[in-house]
Amino acid sequence: MKFAFYPGCSLESSAKEYKESTLLAAESLGLELEEIPDWICCGSTPAHMSDELLGIALPAYSLLLAKQMDTDGVLVTCASCYSRLKAANHAILNDGTMKKKVAEALGEEYDGGVPVRHMLELTSDAIAQPGFDEKITRKLSGLKVASYYGCLLVRPPEITGFDDPEDPQSLDRLVAALGAEPVDWRYKVECCGAALAFSQVDIVRKLSGEILQDAKDTEADVVIVACPLCHSNLDLRQRNIEKYLGIDLEVPVLYFTQLLGLAFGYSAAELGLGKHEINPVPVLRKRGINI
Amino acid sequence: MARIGVFICWCGSNIASTVDVKAVAEAAADFPGVAHSVEYKYMCSDPGQTLIRQAIKEKQLTGLVVAACSPRMHEPTFRRAALESGMNPYLVEMANIREHCSWVHEDRAEATTKALETVRMLVEKVRRNTPLEEIRVPVTKRALVIGGGVAGIQAGLDIISAGIPVTVVERTPSIGGHMSQLDETFPTLDCSQCILTPKMVELSQSPLTTIYTYSEIEEVTGYVGNFKVKIRQKAKTVDHVKCTGCGICVEKCPAKVPSEFECGLADRKAIYVPFPQAIPNKPVIDRPNCIYFAKGKCGVCKKICPAEAIDYDVEDTIVEEEVGAIVVATGYDLIDRALYGEYGYGKIADVVDGLQFERMLSASGPTGGKLIKPSTGETPKTVVFVQCVGSRDDSKGIPYCSRICCMYTAKHAMLFKHKVKDGKAYIFYIDVRAGGKGYEEFVKRAVDEDRVVYLRGRVSRIFEKNGTVFVKGSDTISGQQVEIRADLVVLATAVAASDGARQLAQKLRIGFDQHGFLTEAHPKLRPVETNTPGVYLAGTCQAPKDIPDTVSQASAAASKVLGLLSSDELVREPLVAHVSESVCISCFACEDTCPYGAIERVEWKDPETGLTTEIARVNPGICEGCGACIPVCRPKAVDLRGFSEEQIYSEINALSDMFKVKR
Repeated sequence: MKFAFYPGCSLESSAKEYKESTLLAAESLGLELEEIPDWICCGSTPAHMSDELLGIALPAYSLLLAKQMDTDGVLVTCASCYSRLKAANHAILNDGTMKKKVAEALGEEYDGGVPVRHMLELTSDAIAQPGFDEKITRKLSGLKVASYYGCLLVRPPEITGFDDPEDPQSLDRLVAALGAEPVDWRYKVECCGAALAFSQVDIVRKLSGEILQDAKDTEADVVIVACPLCHSNLDLRQRNIEKYLGIDLEVPVLYFTQLLGLAFGYSAAELGLGKHEINPVPVLRKRGINI
Repeated sequence: MARIGVFICWCGSNIASTVDVKAVAEAAADFPGVAHSVEYKYMCSDPGQTLIRQAIKEKQLTGLVVAACSPRMHEPTFRRAALESGMNPYLVEMANIREHCSWVHEDRAEATTKALETVRMLVEKVRRNTPLEEIRVPVTKRALVIGGGVAGIQAGLDIISAGIPVTVVERTPSIGGHMSQLDETFPTLDCSQCILTPKMVELSQSPLTTIYTYSEIEEVTGYVGNFKVKIRQKAKTVDHVKCTGCGICVEKCPAKVPSEFECGLADRKAIYVPFPQAIPNKPVIDRPNCIYFAKGKCGVCKKICPAEAIDYDVEDTIVEEEVGAIVVATGYDLIDRALYGEYGYGKIADVVDGLQFERMLSASGPTGGKLIKPSTGETPKTVVFVQCVGSRDDSKGIPYCSRICCMYTAKHAMLFKHKVKDGKAYIFYIDVRAGGKGYEEFVKRAVDEDRVVYLRGRVSRIFEKNGTVFVKGSDTISGQQVEIRADLVVLATAVAASDGARQLAQKLRIGFDQHGFLTEAHPKLRPVETNTPGVYLAGTCQAPKDIPDTVSQASAAASKVLGLLSSDELVREPLVAHVSESVCISCFACEDTCPYGAIERVEWKDPETGLTTEIARVNPGICEGCGACIPVCRPKAVDLRGFSEEQIYSEINALSDMFKVKR
């Protein structure tokens, strides 16, 4: 299958390792990716918080570009981009007035029909296919993984329409399919504080601190995420949280595509494991993973 | 030669203020076939009816058009007046110039024209009306009750009290339903079993009652007053005639499975009686869980049975019953608890549902009435009750209120506090709906006397950490997130339609809503009838309801049954479809179309050719006169009495003639 790849801003900067590992994992899964030429920012939270039309028209522009490519849809990895692209399709399909306004803004009509898929959706499809086990060349058994879904990947359900919004399982199933051990914990869909990191840092420290503490309490070796902002709050800010809350965390946070890449046999360097604030390599080695 | 009488009603000022009734009467007098045309202030009054009766005789009228209100209002009145003067009532038609004209128009000239057009159309129709006779069908004086819970039991008892025999079909091995699982009932806290079992016994011991337990409805044919029902009796594997109910087989059976009656809190054997007060109090073998049926070995029950009642070779049997009326009382199930993964049901041992809590409270339950934490067996000190688990939750696809949870949760919290004096009870709620008699007082008692703490808000997550269960939710009154350490959590899971209700509804040709609840004929005025004559609803199969409402509805359904079965024959309106035998081409498109199953296939011998063919015939006992069969009939062999194609076309032609005149 071939997809128009929408990396989003984070994957070009703070989450380069998410992009690299996504491209490697996609190759192993037999997914052909072609980056959308001249894609623009999805608008993220600032756009839709300030202007409804802007919040829909920005992602619609990139979707319109993707429509001109001969693919099976758009592949997106950032949970926020995913949410905005899906919200644009949803609004244009269900609101005729918005569809018209978007057409005026873009100078061209977009029908809302380009399928938008998250990398996790495609991975979930892939693990159900025969022959998936043969791709696994590195054993991950013994590694306890807490799957963190965050807010936007599976919610709101009428827009994403993917997995159970309150008790999602797709990452957990992936962990099990890779031979690692999913842990049952309680913060899998709690908010990390998201963009409040820019305005009210204390809230993020508290919320992300609770998430990491619970992962630690349930004896998870690593947390996996599917969103660059979650990663930034949980990993990049972790030392700051430890200091602020006076606790010791030391919980490595990986992108799920990195875990996938590990199972497929890529090296730590190829997957960008060295780019994290909390180095995951020691705990991976401790669990007997050969890297 | 038609001699039609036209009677224009003023309805006081209701019609006369907008329609020039005198002009209409005068103009109608000149319509073809009209022999008499008058107006009067109140046609429905005694003098008005006398006017009509006299005119029929004096003017030798052959048909009537009464231009007045809706036929829903006074058609029976004027048809009766006609009958009293010796005229066939089906030669009377009403032109609705009130609801369809004066009430909805303002312009007097236009309204008058429209009234005239309406009268003209009806005159043309009446010229083609033929005398019709009411249809009389015989009645089988026996009722069928589907479902042996409290609704079915109450309906059955009320029917036999009038001397009408009843057949009760129950899917499980015993009658009693969910009510037999309950401990004490709100708002009076009387013991559920104690008030139910006498009714179960009374029903089962009546010579007028036939009970088929472990049985399901296979097929329903026929029509009101004359249903034929096939009942599948699942193989009990135990001959209940020989069985003495000694129970030794149950004692010795080595196969254990979770008990449905105990909601999985205890095991039962593969040969079992669901509960001690079961009726019949004789066991059945649950074949899928029986070792003998799985492996061909064991046979302990057969070896040990002193009455030689065990027969592994028996098969399902089909019995046929003829009944005149059917009461559907199939009850409810709880929603699938897997819908709420975030509440940990099934994963966390100390999270139970309301029915499980009832079983724990019950003195005859798996814990002997002792409240325990299922994980450890200790007495729970803090219990959190969560209301609206499923109910009123659009995100789970269940928008409706389950109606019973507010009350039973208050009762649960109260009974917990009675058993554990130093315990703490918290209830998460959205609203407390306590609208029944004595209900609000009951909830107040829970708060004031038993110190139950109500927290207004939803629970987001229930989780276990280091052996402790936490309930995380919001208290919207204090505006805070709360986290409660609970020893036990009780989920008030939503009431859902009983498994299989949709399939049964299809067999009975009755409606059901998107949630599988069976639909009544009118939500306010015909709450126990269905759209299929002779089939009635009782209890939670129609919508979630509590025991008092269920029993009321069951008695109402029984009274409808008794009303129906009180006469020897049923009288039905003759406005039904009929097939012209020589025109029918035996395509049976009508059979596929008919929503009531009124089309029968019959052998018919053509008197001209002497050949016998199979053709369609309308059973007038079933036909509702909806007319759906008419457009699908290719050779136009079907027509509707009272609304024939000729009559309808004559009305349309009359109207178009008047338009031509206008132009």
